Amino acid sequence: MSERSNLRLLVLGVLVISLLGTMLARLFYLQVLEGSEYRAAAVNNTVREVVEPAVRGLVVDQAGRPLISNRTSLVVTVDRQALQREEDKGEAVIARLAKILDLPQENIADRLMTCGSEGAKPPPVCWNGSPYQPIPIASDVEAQTALTIMEKRSDFTGVNAKLSAIREYPAPFNVNAAHILGYLGPVTEDQLAQQAGSEAWDRLRRTDVVGRSGVEDSYDAQLRGKPGVTTLAVDTAGRVTGTLEEKAPQSGDYLVSSIDAHLQSVVEKELVAAVQRAQRQGYAGDSAAAVVLDVRNGNVLAMASYPTYDPNIWVGGVTQKQFKSLMESDSLSSNAIQGLFAPGSTYKVVSTAAAGREGYTLYGDYNCPNKIKLGTQTFRNYESAGYGRISLARALEVSCNTVFYGIANRMWERAGGNDANRSASDPIAEAATLFGFGARTGIDLPGESRGRVSGREFKATNWEAQKDTWCKNAIEGYPETRKTDTKLADYFTALDKENCADGFRWREGDALNAAIGQGDTIVTPLQMAVAYAAIANGGTVYQPRVIKAIVDSEGRTVEKFEPVINSQLDVPRSTINFLRESLPRVTTDGSGETPFAEFPLDQIPVASKTGSAQVTGDKVSTSWFASYAPANKPRYAVVMMVTQGGTGSKTSGPGVRKIYEALFGVKGGSVNPEQSVLVDGVPSKKLPTIRPDGTPVMPSGAQSGFPEEREAGS
Amino acid sequence: MSGSFVADSPQVSSFPTRDRGIGYWRNLDWLLLISAATLTFFGSVLVWSASRADLASESDPQSYLKRHLINIAIALVLGYLASRLNYRWLRAYTPVLYGASLVLLLMPFVPGLGTTIAGARAWISLPGGFTIQPSEFAKIAVILMIAALLSERRDVEEEPTSRDILWSIVAGAAPIAIILVQNDTGTVLVMGAIVLSLIAISGAPTKWVIGMIGGAVISIMLAIQLGLLKEYQVQRLTSFINPGDDLGSAAYNANQARIAIGGGGIQGYGLFAGPQTQGKFVPVNESDFIFTVVGEELGFVGAALLIVLLAIILWRAAMIAWRADDMYGRLVASGVLAWFAFQSFENIGMTLGIMPITGIPLPFVSAGGTSMMTTWIAIGLLQTVRLHAASDSRI
Repeated sequence: MSERSNLRLLVLGVLVISLLGTMLARLFYLQVLEGSEYRAAAVNNTVREVVEPAVRGLVVDQAGRPLISNRTSLVVTVDRQALQREEDKGEAVIARLAKILDLPQENIADRLMTCGSEGAKPPPVCWNGSPYQPIPIASDVEAQTALTIMEKRSDFTGVNAKLSAIREYPAPFNVNAAHILGYLGPVTEDQLAQQAGSEAWDRLRRTDVVGRSGVEDSYDAQLRGKPGVTTLAVDTAGRVTGTLEEKAPQSGDYLVSSIDAHLQSVVEKELVAAVQRAQRQGYAGDSAAAVVLDVRNGNVLAMASYPTYDPNIWVGGVTQKQFKSLMESDSLSSNAIQGLFAPGSTYKVVSTAAAGREGYTLYGDYNCPNKIKLGTQTFRNYESAGYGRISLARALEVSCNTVFYGIANRMWERAGGNDANRSASDPIAEAATLFGFGARTGIDLPGESRGRVSGREFKATNWEAQKDTWCKNAIEGYPETRKTDTKLADYFTALDKENCADGFRWREGDALNAAIGQGDTIVTPLQMAVAYAAIANGGTVYQPRVIKAIVDSEGRTVEKFEPVINSQLDVPRSTINFLRESLPRVTTDGSGETPFAEFPLDQIPVASKTGSAQVTGDKVSTSWFASYAPANKPRYAVVMMVTQGGTGSKTSGPGVRKIYEALFGVKGGSVNPEQSVLVDGVPSKKLPTIRPDGTPVMPSGAQSGFPEEREAGS
Repeated sequence: MSGSFVADSPQVSSFPTRDRGIGYWRNLDWLLLISAATLTFFGSVLVWSASRADLASESDPQSYLKRHLINIAIALVLGYLASRLNYRWLRAYTPVLYGASLVLLLMPFVPGLGTTIAGARAWISLPGGFTIQPSEFAKIAVILMIAALLSERRDVEEEPTSRDILWSIVAGAAPIAIILVQNDTGTVLVMGAIVLSLIAISGAPTKWVIGMIGGAVISIMLAIQLGLLKEYQVQRLTSFINPGDDLGSAAYNANQARIAIGGGGIQGYGLFAGPQTQGKFVPVNESDFIFTVVGEELGFVGAALLIVLLAIILWRAAMIAWRADDMYGRLVASGVLAWFAFQSFENIGMTLGIMPITGIPLPFVSAGGTSMMTTWIAIGLLQTVRLHAASDSRI
């Protein structure tokens, strides 16, 4: 045969060998080098999970009354993907649904918009979950309505009605506690991304709801429980070919709060009453907070914030209108732990502690003129009262500013005055830090504010952060403002020029303001309560908490939280003793006297300090009343404040008194511990019992906080 | 080279028909036969595994396997008959066979007779649920026809005339055109490779070979450009380049096939235990995608063994072509070699994601009666060529 034919056959042979080689090489690559990757892909392909959500744990108060429980509700959900496949993009379905649910059509449409998409309303109205997940649009639907929807499948494509467990707020004693309890919301993309790649069966899934605020958030992991997951092998048509794994759902754990529902309801009521007192005086009284702490362990017994909202608003989704009003009323955040306010005279305990630490005599006499002049500025006493030479204790009783100005002035001069550098001693700021101001208390609730302690260090740091803006403005001279108001522009420019040049300097005026809780110092009401509790218990700064134990759904103790000590006050024992001697006299002979008139102070001495903090602008002062009792054997610290509320004594003081009356069972002038709102007169040491069916055992009768018929049913 | 194969043997009668009985069994290429049989058996195990999941709910999950075994039996008989064919007789009747195959190829277009499977109207339905794919027979017909055309009227040392080559192209183009109309792209590609290989190995001038390769490339590009190929065909052909791009059906299939094979790893999940195979994630895995079954369930070990068996068959076919004592025999063997090689590469390559997705079976392994029969007829033809060379050398 021809050479050419032979050659061509050889070429074909070589070609065939290379084809075979290519196949083997590719096979080796896919199976040996990348095999594990494909194996994982095969698992994804053939395995389906059926998830049965766990029953979320209950939250009970210290006596066992349920604060959050569960109930079943008929929830209507809409599958957006199914609607999109409709010719009219599901408009007809939405219209029919709106009619049967008696909701505005646009309301449903808004709820179906994915957050961040064009024209979507802000969360939580828009849908924050996955677009592949059915979106709940109505809960507590009538059974008849649900039946209609399920019967007319063709009219309601993608619509489903099913029973699901939703949160319920039983509200013993009509307690609100919204800011402590928090609420639930769909899991966010961020949370899902954080556990990306997790294949654990108890991982968060798109369909999950998670706590978004309050203890629902901070104890979400414990409350959530573990879902029941059945892992099924399926074929390409989705038919089940076998069960690979079964895990039963595990109910979430219960939280035992240190809050007492009865006391909480009293505190909430008194807080509203205090706001009303402010408003009766013609003040705005726009926000308020009250905190009751157990000074012996830092447990929060009650904590209220005004304005508040109905936690039920979140159940089954909030409407645009509801959300708008929530935002406008500013009721979502807790003023007790997130609100920041100038402390005013309640801060004088800090200045006193600073004086003690610096070796100032606590028992000597100090001059209390009605005002002090400093350059062009005048620093006055409240209502310009002067008391002459008085003791420091008396200065606390009558809340004499000028005495503390004098002390602060001496400290400032001793540290080097205007020329002191930022690390020079700053005793009041140091003492404030010891009490926990300017730092989070570490309470077991999310979103706590840090607050701010004004001082030399703060001024320097602040100047570093702001100087560029100040200097720029000083050079530019506010051209925009100048167009309309030359004088104002001049004033601003001069201010910024000064700030730019030496805004870092801790001036004498700053030091004086800081001594009486004015100026740049801002605190949360909770920080104030922790500080007064520390004075009461002799110097221990506790980490406050609202949850004292976690028990499982059968009542076994999972974890009992021991008190956590943030720090021991580095303040001389004698100084603390001085404060503990002096503060009760504020209630008997000083600015706290009026609200406690006819209170049996001989049986239950109350240590207190009023505050009427000035705020910038033409707003009226913030009313503070910080206290603890019994002063001779301290147990409770109670702090109440109302912004734009007037004086501490007039607005907040009476509220604090009522809270003590409730705590100690004071009726008229007599004390009867059996009349206390606390079941045994004191916070319970034992944890509540959980029945086998998962319901907590609560106090009987009127002490349950529920009307008779309800109690019979539960 | 042809003389070097078997030493002259004086005892052997010069009358070929009489000594065939003894020489037949002795001169058969046993290695080829055993490899082909092993691969066929191997294939039927895979077909069993692939089909039992599909039929799990039916009364007889083994029914598909049984039919496959019947097909194999028929194929073995046909292969034996082919190996017994008289060489001269075969040459003489080639035009008849060729004409018959063209008629058969047109039958799917007859209403009531034709059946469309996976977009290709390339099947004839028979009573009893059987189907015939005429394009499989056309492969053999084209090999025999072109081999006859290019080996006629000339000495082995001569190169074929342009006229012979042109006729060969026509002989190849006619069935290719019909198959193209039937939408059976994969078979068109294989047929093209066969025709090209035959003309090249016939010793045709290089300009013809290069011209034909160029022509093939240009016509493929034109077909895509001018929209002669349907959207799904183009998508199938190109989806292997970017499998992740869209998960349309073609890319989906390619992806599932690769998950199955890759997931098999070195040892595989074990027979009947491949999740992709048993879960029916890979389409038509008893025929076009059968390689995914061995890849997933028997792993690299099993899949490589399958390729090695194929390689042995291809090596034996090449050796028969090399040792053929005339151009006709060489071309028949080369045609079978090109057919098996390119069809196997296209079939396995598409499951591995290195070739476009087309609907052609893997020789010996895939289910499909017509394919199995023609494959074994081709084995018979290879044996005939070898036997002819062996007997000739004794004359």
